[in-house]
Amino acid sequence: MVRRRPAPRRARLDELGLKRAFAQRLLPFLVAAMAFLAALAIAGMLAAASLARHWQEGAGASLTVEVPDPEAPATSGGLPRAAAVLATLKKTPGVIAARRLGETEIDALLRPWLGTTPAALGIAVPGVIALRLAPGMALGAADAAQLARLAAGIVIEDHGPWLARLSTLARSLEACAVLALGVVGALAALVVAVATRAGLSARREALEIIHGLGASDGYIAARFAARTTMLAGLGGVYGALLALPVLVILADLAAPFAAGAISAGSPEAMGEPAALLAGFLALPQSMWLALPALPVAAAAIGWLTTQSTVRQWLRNLP
Amino acid sequence: MISFQSVGFSYPGVGSGAGASRAAVLQDISFAIPAGGFRWLLGASGAGKTSLLRLLYLAARPSQGEAIILGTRLASTSRHERALLRRQIGVVFQDFRLLGYLSAFDNVALPLRLAGRPEGQIRADVAEMLRWVGLAERLETLPAMLSGGEQQRVAIARAVINRPRLILADEPTGNLDDAQAERLMQLLAELNRLGTSVVVASHNEALVARYPAPALRLEAGRLVADG
Ligand SMILES: Nc1ncnc2c1ncn2[C@@H]1O[C@H](COP(=O)(O)OP(=O)(O)O)[C@@H](O)[C@H]1O
Ligand SMILES: [Mg+2]
Repeated sequence: MVRRRPAPRRARLDELGLKRAFAQRLLPFLVAAMAFLAALAIAGMLAAASLARHWQEGAGASLTVEVPDPEAPATSGGLPRAAAVLATLKKTPGVIAARRLGETEIDALLRPWLGTTPAALGIAVPGVIALRLAPGMALGAADAAQLARLAAGIVIEDHGPWLARLSTLARSLEACAVLALGVVGALAALVVAVATRAGLSARREALEIIHGLGASDGYIAARFAARTTMLAGLGGVYGALLALPVLVILADLAAPFAAGAISAGSPEAMGEPAALLAGFLALPQSMWLALPALPVAAAAIGWLTTQSTVRQWLRNLP
Repeated sequence: MISFQSVGFSYPGVGSGAGASRAAVLQDISFAIPAGGFRWLLGASGAGKTSLLRLLYLAARPSQGEAIILGTRLASTSRHERALLRRQIGVVFQDFRLLGYLSAFDNVALPLRLAGRPEGQIRADVAEMLRWVGLAERLETLPAMLSGGEQQRVAIARAVINRPRLILADEPTGNLDDAQAERLMQLLAELNRLGTSVVVASHNEALVARYPAPALRLEAGRLVADG
């Protein structure tokens, strides 16, 4: 009588003894470190990209005209000074759009510098008109003189060259971040390849036996890949979780500079936990997509690298 | 169904110097074994028996000549086709080559699992096979806890579990006492009666004398007798 086996069989047997490998036990932590770096690189890349976009929109075509004492009557025409200047600018060739900023917009722009509203400090705020010029156009000296005749003391600020430079800088930062991401990815593949090779050498005898019993390359590669995919994916999860608080703090620090965050109220007004929550929510949406993608990318790198490493190694066997 | 035509073989990279020192281990080997045949493979130590068996179980490929194994011309096979071919060949080694971290049951089940047999069908077959070799009570035992004879029987069970068309044994009695060797030969003879081709390498002349069968005899890498 054949004796019954005591326990139901495990779903998948570890024929290659892969769970005993020491080199692979380190793998999740190495991958976690790289996923962490990748998260930072992605954050830098997204931030630089958004700055570049932001600045580029204005670059080469953005001017502001400040009109002190905006509500006093203009020299001619009977309009208030700001309104008269705006009306003239709208008729000036090369101007695509001209718009006077509202009081709340100006308050928002000044808050990082003043810490409060200009009104609270009793500062007289000039009228600010934002202009967009057609590419290649500029306000000439004649235009400036005409505006000055209308409202003495106006200041024309041309941001174009600065914005162009900042935009170039942001693009370079973005490129650096992409490069860093590539290096981190390549490093992850290298680490997986080294761990896989160590695993292969440690099990050379078992592999020869199993190969001799008719295991296909695909079968052996799949067993190794299943293991490293799991371990690398786990490392990706660790790394993403580790990066999350760091990114939240960074986002919180950056919040005052992001237009959207200003209307949410100042962190001081909300207290620490609320401020952190605001920082948490201030993580750009693309970052919320990138973080879960890290474990997936790590797992994919693990799978691809192991498959090719194992298959290449097996070519030593006939 | 096995046919060698002027097969030569040398180990790659031997002597590390120039190609001159790459002496052929097997030279001009030609023979044929019909389906269901039994052959002794005889010769002094170093004559090339193990090397010839390695060619037969696809652990090495001929350097020269043409080999047809189980009706398949080796030279024109893909890696995957060779893997499939290996599943039809059972091999018994002098040093058993069991996987030390797997139980007797799991060692014997290995060829079935590699062939993708569903887990449900495996249990009964493996238990039956281990019973056939007298190890019904040792299913969960690791190889290190088994005697040499018991390990050899696990190795045999593993070699025949998927009903191979060809069984190769390399000095299978070398680590066994006389009674165990006798029992092993009876197992191999029975498998041969059931239609499996069998090739057994040995330099145990007494054993060979008790089981008269055609022999391939090697001397210094050349076939000096066939039949
Ligand atoms: N892995 C190897 N590398 C190089 N030479 C080998 C290797 N295995 C065996 N040889 C050589 O091949 C010859 C035949 O060996 P082998 O096939 O093991 O003979 P047998 O099994 O008849 O004792 C011997 O000269 C041996 O030194
Ligand atoms: Mg030998």
